[in-house]
Amino acid sequence: MSSTLEIRALHVALASSPDKSIVKGLDLTIRTGEVHAIMGPNGTGKSTLSKAIAGHPDYVITSGDVLLDGKSILEMEPDERARAGLFLAFQYPSEIPGVSIANFLRAAVQARMAEGEELDATAYYKRLYAKMDMLKIDRKFTSRSVNEGFSGGEKKRCEILQMAMLEPTFALMDETDSGLDIDALKIVAEGVNTLKSGSLGVLLITHYQRLLNHIVPDYVHVMYDGRIVKSGDKTLALELEAKGYDWVKTDLAAATA
Amino acid sequence: MKPPTELDAPPAPDADALAADPSVENPVAGIDQAVGDFTYDVKYEFDAGSGLNENVIRYISGVKKEADWILDFRLKAYQTFLDKPMPTHWATKDLENINFDKIRYYLAQGQKPKRTWDEVPDDIKKTFERLGIPEQERKFLAGVEAQFDSEAAYSNVKDIVAKQGVIFLNSTEALREHPEIFRKWFGKVIPTGDNKFSALNSAVFSGGSFIYVPPGVKVAMPLQAYFRINAENFGQFERTLIIADEGAEVTYMEGCTAPKFSTSTLHSAVVELVALKGAKIQYITVQNWAPNVFNLVTKRGLAMEDAEIKWIDCNIGSRLTMKYPGVVLKGKRARGEVVSIALANDGQHQDTGAKMIHAADDTSSLIVSKSISVGQGRATYRGVVHIPKHLKGCKNNTECDALLINTNSRTDTYPAIVVRGDTHAVQHEASVSKVSEDMIFYMQQRGLTEAQAMSLAVNGFVNDLVRQFPMEYSVELKRLIDLEMEGSVG
Repeated sequence: MSSTLEIRALHVALASSPDKSIVKGLDLTIRTGEVHAIMGPNGTGKSTLSKAIAGHPDYVITSGDVLLDGKSILEMEPDERARAGLFLAFQYPSEIPGVSIANFLRAAVQARMAEGEELDATAYYKRLYAKMDMLKIDRKFTSRSVNEGFSGGEKKRCEILQMAMLEPTFALMDETDSGLDIDALKIVAEGVNTLKSGSLGVLLITHYQRLLNHIVPDYVHVMYDGRIVKSGDKTLALELEAKGYDWVKTDLAAATA
Repeated sequence: MKPPTELDAPPAPDADALAADPSVENPVAGIDQAVGDFTYDVKYEFDAGSGLNENVIRYISGVKKEADWILDFRLKAYQTFLDKPMPTHWATKDLENINFDKIRYYLAQGQKPKRTWDEVPDDIKKTFERLGIPEQERKFLAGVEAQFDSEAAYSNVKDIVAKQGVIFLNSTEALREHPEIFRKWFGKVIPTGDNKFSALNSAVFSGGSFIYVPPGVKVAMPLQAYFRINAENFGQFERTLIIADEGAEVTYMEGCTAPKFSTSTLHSAVVELVALKGAKIQYITVQNWAPNVFNLVTKRGLAMEDAEIKWIDCNIGSRLTMKYPGVVLKGKRARGEVVSIALANDGQHQDTGAKMIHAADDTSSLIVSKSISVGQGRATYRGVVHIPKHLKGCKNNTECDALLINTNSRTDTYPAIVVRGDTHAVQHEASVSKVSEDMIFYMQQRGLTEAQAMSLAVNGFVNDLVRQFPMEYSVELKRLIDLEMEGSVG
């Protein structure tokens, strides 16, 4: 069954200064099986967009809507949104001291089960190990505290592992490529490609084209000053890479002149 | 903040008038104390009535058919109790809310503990069955004593342990049947006048465990006592003395619960440990008192040459807990350790810590304390480390970490470390942290509710210490923490 994530005329501001919008009227529709890349210079609201959709308390949605299969998710708590199928791969994942990856994921998997339903520990570990193998993560990792003392690359792989275990409908991936060397980038990309072949819709936020060589997007959007100003297919990313973001700015200036 | 002046008094910082606003009547949080929150109507054969005077003490001593020296000991202690002021010059003023005239000091259904559960009266047996004691005994314990109000209703030690010469009795039986073993150390590690509550305990003590482990005997499974308060307005004053003879090893665990009454209850124990040359004693406490219990306990161990004493102490529940387990390191190379976890919820004050008194060369001590303050809960750490000038090569490492859950939670740390001489190594680390909004959001983004996320963060914070508890207890502890964290957010 295919699903749709629809972002409608979305305006987002910091909860601490709700009068100053960061995302200023953004429209985007993602269907399962599609990969949308959002590119754009620093400070255009890309990360804000992903956190606001996930329900981070630092942000308020001042107008517009986000709909999952036609139903607004804005009244839902962040955990309800997550259980409804939304996954945010964090740019800066939090450390959780003393909580092992195995226990954390187990709690997250359990949270998705019906009340009274017991998690099958053997099956859970079997699945966990399979996903870890796919992402080339050492099994010793399961007993390490979540993200504590992880390198940048380890943190990102851990995010993808969680995504693989939780099987979301839509993944918002916030600069998953930052801090990765080329080998790690390939592993992460392979992981995402495997997952999206199922019924996953991806919103990929990135500065650089290089990730898009490995995760090929169906659509590329350029975000600037809180809006999507240009959309196209994967060739747009290459064009951006060649011409730089200034090209978008001049284009924009010409269009509004 | 001033360091304490005398070693045997609880560590004394500033006179703290901040605590216990008398206008707030013990704002009990809606936490789930359901496990222990039930009572059965029990008829007491022995009842000393309310209030304390010499007649009450004579009554207690009389029904126990005690030797004269014990009655004398009690009466002297009563005088000391009357003479000692309440330690409110350094401790919380909430102590003044204890009404000694309303407390019932002795309630018992019978005098002799039963050796099998079948013989235990039904209502009392039901209580302990609901708390899971007989089941635990079958599974992993070497011996159990189950105290119901003033006396042990049940006491049994497995044959295999008894055959090794291990004595495991309540205080009355032990002082009557083995004075030659227990009298020597009784009241020696913690003198009557140590503090007002050790004096009170010495005057009216009843129940508790007296244990003797012969030289070289290593008790493989833990011995356990369970302390249950059943009656309202009751004071429980158990007395425990554990002696591990040369090279002996023993682990003792205690659990405690009480139902939630509208009036306050007093629990004031004295626990003395003696580890002779090369002996090891590990003493584990998991308390989950109802939120109206004043829990004022004095615990101290004496470690001789090459001996080791370790206190593992977990304080959840109660209205006010004041407890500073200590080790007097009396013999060369003795080791002392206190590992403690305290969780203070709304309306609760966990005033806990440790004392390490170094009294021989090359002794070492370790204090690891973690506290969690939830809502308006308050956690206080007080510690004493004392290393005098004439000693050589002593070591202490103190680490205390506090976790604050809400913006109105409170934590205080009062470490008093006195080190003289120049051949010692002492290290002190303290930290205060908050569960960050980002961490909670991260976990919520994975599908955990805010409360589940908070629970997991708190369990993570104490995880390295919880792992030191026996498995059965660490599972229980995690469950208790989960229960306490419910309703702590939002």
